[in-house]
Amino acid sequence: MIWTLFFSLIAAGVFFSLARAALGPTTSDRVVGVDGTVTITIALMVLLGAFFDRYIYLDVALVYAVLGFIGVLAIARYMERGV
Amino acid sequence: MRVFGEILIGIGTAFLFLGGLGIFRLPDVYNRLQAGTKCTTLGAFSTIIGVGFVHPGWMLKAIVIAVFILLTNPISAHALARASYKSGVKLWEKSVVDRCQEFEDCTELPKEEK
Repeated sequence: MIWTLFFSLIAAGVFFSLARAALGPTTSDRVVGVDGTVTITIALMVLLGAFFDRYIYLDVALVYAVLGFIGVLAIARYMERGV
Repeated sequence: MRVFGEILIGIGTAFLFLGGLGIFRLPDVYNRLQAGTKCTTLGAFSTIIGVGFVHPGWMLKAIVIAVFILLTNPISAHALARASYKSGVKLWEKSVVDRCQEFEDCTELPKEEK
């Protein structure tokens, strides 16, 4: 019962930050929305691993954290000084 | 122990929701970045440590993921704010102070790449 509350809150957070990524005026707004979505999704993966009792989801969350970090750094470097 | 973990997960998901709401509602890139980074960092940290309390065998890897998020999320936010300032994104018109305007070459790109 209480897990419904947790997943509802996380779904609302993902919805708002994806809405900002969809309709942000500049490129930086979209990247901020995607960055927030990445961090919320890492917590969602760990929480789904606890919900389904699968230990492998924690590995997926760790790899997704590394890839999201590298992706945001690459986009920031591209916006700052080109390819 | 399980009840304590669920309380931590509740605090974390509330902060994740507030972070998403701040990203959606605030008026500026920098305000959005501040709200999004701080709220989602604390929310993800608290949620993952709470999962580690609910399943005590998972505590080590949960601490690894949480410390990784705690170290890398401010770095990516700082790089993103610096890149958006240098690529010419304006501040909100009601912003009070801009310390970077006091320097000469703050918004310039490097010379050889213009």
